[in-house]
This record gives sequence, C-alpha cells and structure tokens, in this order.
Amino acid sequence: MIAAREEILPILREKLGNAIQEVFEKSPKRIYLEVKSENIPEVSRVMFRELEARFQIATGIDTPGAIEILYHWAFDLYECLVTIRTKLDREKPEIESIAPFCPAAEWIEREMWELLGITFKNHPDMRHLLLKDDWPEGNYPLRRNSKKDQA
Amino acid sequence: MPKKTIIPIGPYHPLQEEPEFFKLHVEGEKVVGLDIEIGYNHRGIEKLSESKTFEQTVFLVERICGICSTSHPIACVQAVEDAGDIEVPERVLYIRSVIGELERIHSHLLWLGLAGHFLGFNTVWMWVWRYRESVLDMMEHITGNRNHYAMMKPGGVRRDILPEDIPGIKKTLDGLVKPLALFRDAVIDDPVIHARTKGVGILTKQQIIDYGALGPTARASGVKIDTRKDYPHAAYGLVDWKVITAENGDVFDKTVVRILEMFESIKIIEQCLDKLKTVPGPVDSNPKAIKPGDGIGHYEAPRGEVFHYIRSDGTNRPVRHKVRAPSFMNVPTDRVAVMGQSIADATIILAAVDPCYCCTERMIAIDADTRRTALRSPDLLRLSQEKTELLKRELGKEGPKLDFGVPS
Repeated sequence: MIAAREEILPILREKLGNAIQEVFEKSPKRIYLEVKSENIPEVSRVMFRELEARFQIATGIDTPGAIEILYHWAFDLYECLVTIRTKLDREKPEIESIAPFCPAAEWIEREMWELLGITFKNHPDMRHLLLKDDWPEGNYPLRRNSKKDQA
Repeated sequence: MPKKTIIPIGPYHPLQEEPEFFKLHVEGEKVVGLDIEIGYNHRGIEKLSESKTFEQTVFLVERICGICSTSHPIACVQAVEDAGDIEVPERVLYIRSVIGELERIHSHLLWLGLAGHFLGFNTVWMWVWRYRESVLDMMEHITGNRNHYAMMKPGGVRRDILPEDIPGIKKTLDGLVKPLALFRDAVIDDPVIHARTKGVGILTKQQIIDYGALGPTARASGVKIDTRKDYPHAAYGLVDWKVITAENGDVFDKTVVRILEMFESIKIIEQCLDKLKTVPGPVDSNPKAIKPGDGIGHYEAPRGEVFHYIRSDGTNRPVRHKVRAPSFMNVPTDRVAVMGQSIADATIILAAVDPCYCCTERMIAIDADTRRTALRSPDLLRLSQEKTELLKRELGKEGPKLDFGVPS
C-alpha cells in the first residue's frame, strides 16, 4: 500500500491518527514519532502487521525526565527508518508487551526489563536474558543511579 | 510416553568467541524443543561506551566480535555521522566497502569450512581454510592486522589503500575465484551433501518475518533484504552487484547463498579498487564536534544487519549507545528450525544461522531421569559425521571431490 518513501509519513499520520503526539523528520530517511505508552501495542501492531515494517530492535534509555523506549522499524523497500518513541514514568515504568504478536521483540523486552527495570505486561516468557538468574532485584545496570559495587 | 531427554550444548569452550547455551529437548532421535540461554559473555559494552569519546567508541565496538570486527565499526561511525550530519569524502566510501567485503569473504569461508567439518567432510574444511588465509594476509597487508583492522573513524578511514598495492590485491583476488568455483560446484552437485542438507532445518518466509531474522538466513528463505542494497551506503550504491536469494530456507540454500555471495563480494572489491585508482583523497573529513541529536547507523555484516543507535548531547561522548548484532535476531529462529528434526542434524541446523559455531562443538547429553551423561560433544559430532558416511555408502558416492593440484 506504500508506493514511495514520501508516502510513509502521510500514511503513518492517517493510520495512527491521534496516537501521534509529535513528529520529527530528521531527514527523509529518518523519521521520529512520539506516541503515548498506552498506544504502543496498537501502533506496533499497525507497523508490524499492516504496514509490514521490519522490527529492527528497541532501545531503552534512562533520561532525567523519563525512561524512554525507542522502537526502531525499518521500511526496507523505501530506504526509511521510523523510530517510535514513548516515555514512561521513572517511578513505575510499565508498558504492554508487543511480543505476543511480534516474536522478534521477545528477547529485547527481556533485556530492557533486567537492564532498565521496565515491566512488560503480558510478556510470554519473562525471565533473565543476559544477567544471571540470582541478580539482585532492583539493581538495573543501565539506570543512571545503578549500584556499581553490586554488579 | 517416550522418555524425554535434555541435551545441553555449551555454554563454554576455549574456542568460542561468544558462549551460548542451547538445551535440546529430545524424544528418542527427535528434537521436540529448544531452550536458548545467552549472557555468559555479557560485557556491558553499551554502558562502557557511555564513558568513551566518539572516536574511542569505534575501537570498543570493534572488539564485540572477532569475525565481524569491521561491521560494527562501520555501523557505529555511520550512526555518529548520521547524528552529526557529517559528510564523508568519496574515496572513503570505496575503502570502507573493500574492507567490509574482504571481511565477508573470510567470514563466509570460515563458516563453510566448519560446516564441512560438522558434516564430516574434513577435506573441505582444510582446503577452505587454506584459501581463507590468503584473505587474512591481504587484510594484514592493507590494514596492518589480520583481524581488528582499526580502519574506521567518524568522518573517514584511518589508512588509505595505496595505488601501488592495488595490483597485488587484485592478483590475490583473482587467485580466489578458481577455488571458490570448485567449492561451489562441489557443494551444489554433490548428492551426499544434498542428502544431508536439503529439506533440513527449514525456515519459512513467515517465520523469518516474525522473528525479524537477517542476512543469509533471511535471504535463503526468499526474503530479499540486504542493508547494502536497501540503504545504499559506503560504495554499495556506486558499483554493480546483485543480492543473492534462494527459496527453500533449508541448510543447503543457506550454504549456497553464502558461497554465491563471495563471488558478488569479489565483484564489488574489484570495482572499488578500479575506482580507487582515479578517485582522489582525502580519506578523512576531520569532524570537530557532534551536535546534539539521535543517529542510526546500520551495515550488512556477514551474518546480517548490524544496528547502532547513538544519542549525542553535544559533548564528545554518547549519552546512549545501543548495539544490536544480527545473531540477536537470528539465534531465536533456531527454536523453530530444529523442531521435529533428528539429533544428528541438530549440529548443522544450529550452525546454519552462523552463530558462534564453536558452541556446537561442546555437547553433552544427560538423561533427564537419571542425570547420567549419555552423550558428549565428540559423540554428537560423530553422530553427524556417521550419518554422512552411511549416506555415502547408500548412495555409492564419495562426497565432494576437490582437485586443486599442488598448492602454489
């Protein structure tokens, strides 16, 4: 349904509508969108199943204001990368898992949970991926205030 | 109910570049499940990178993997260049592609040799690795190192390829074509290899898309994705070459895709070297500062797309550096690829996505009920090789014939 790179942003606006809070077009090949966390499962489903974007990976970032997740989607046919950003509350970072319909996201959500302490609700197989099973709870290495001596 | 056995594979072996731990669940000869555990070599590189300058970061990511030791740096410098809107001189593009493609050839040859070993064709293994040496020698000549080339930097490369070196590189490349053709014919026409690899460990197109699998793993299942073609960078948009795909998604097709890709790599390098004779320098644009913002860089490593994301706050260090290697997406596909296959085929199926293959060397089978060791890694390798021997006798064939004459 997408025919050219120029159509990606209009189609995203049409499909995602009010879910989009902010658009930043760094270049024609790099589009950044901001979406509220409760809209992420629906937005991801549209990206993955309807627009057939490839799930590249997700990046979790601990910033002073919020914990951010960036979902990186690739439109391989049109040389365009779309990054969908969402902000989570630092005190209680929680979001719905996209792994039930996107198996490609299963590992990275496990990784973001153990390294950043983000809770993914309804994840099919939530357990440690990189860290050992008896890793102390509440010590998240990629958090800004992680306790180095425990690690 | 048949007795269920768990076969642990890994996690450690002195030869492994990165440890992984596979638990094969088997009923009799049949694999009924696979559990993958990673993290035995988690070095915290993303965290460490936040304490390095953008130039140092490149050296850090070069050490993620010894085999794709230039793919990570290329993706990383492209992420920095994307964040900082840095222009790169044209000559740099050709040099980056030459290094990247030489790496692809040596990586694919490494895989082909090991695949031969797992299947019991040790002649293939030895000969393939002999010709891999000439690629490593070329690398040493150009960069000063057989591995970890330290060629990439944001805005350029650290060493030029000198005009007087080009004829020598071309001669060595030409010398590779004949043996590669021999390997290709030996694999494509050999009935024993057909019997061992065709229809084994199939990944369907839909499974590739669901798991986001990449590189030769995806292309062997008919998913035509290649970062070099889809997102032209370095010199890949400036030279003539084609993306190799196959349709069946079995071990055979993955092998064929990798072998044919090496010919494309040689084509790319030859054209780049011709261009290097005329395209003038410099080979570095010397960027002074990276402005605040996000940058994404990706590169087609031998195993698939390497992804780097960098966030800059205007200082000389990244505030966040995300790295995603292709095996992170490819290894989970093993879960579907080994399902219902026999133990003798598990070795080659797990190796077919080209993870750290050395993992597969260290296998121990433990009986789930008695915890008694039933099979050790040499036994599993032997199982795989015995199956080939059996097929050879049944088919009345010898396996691939390699006639190189006397090595020069």
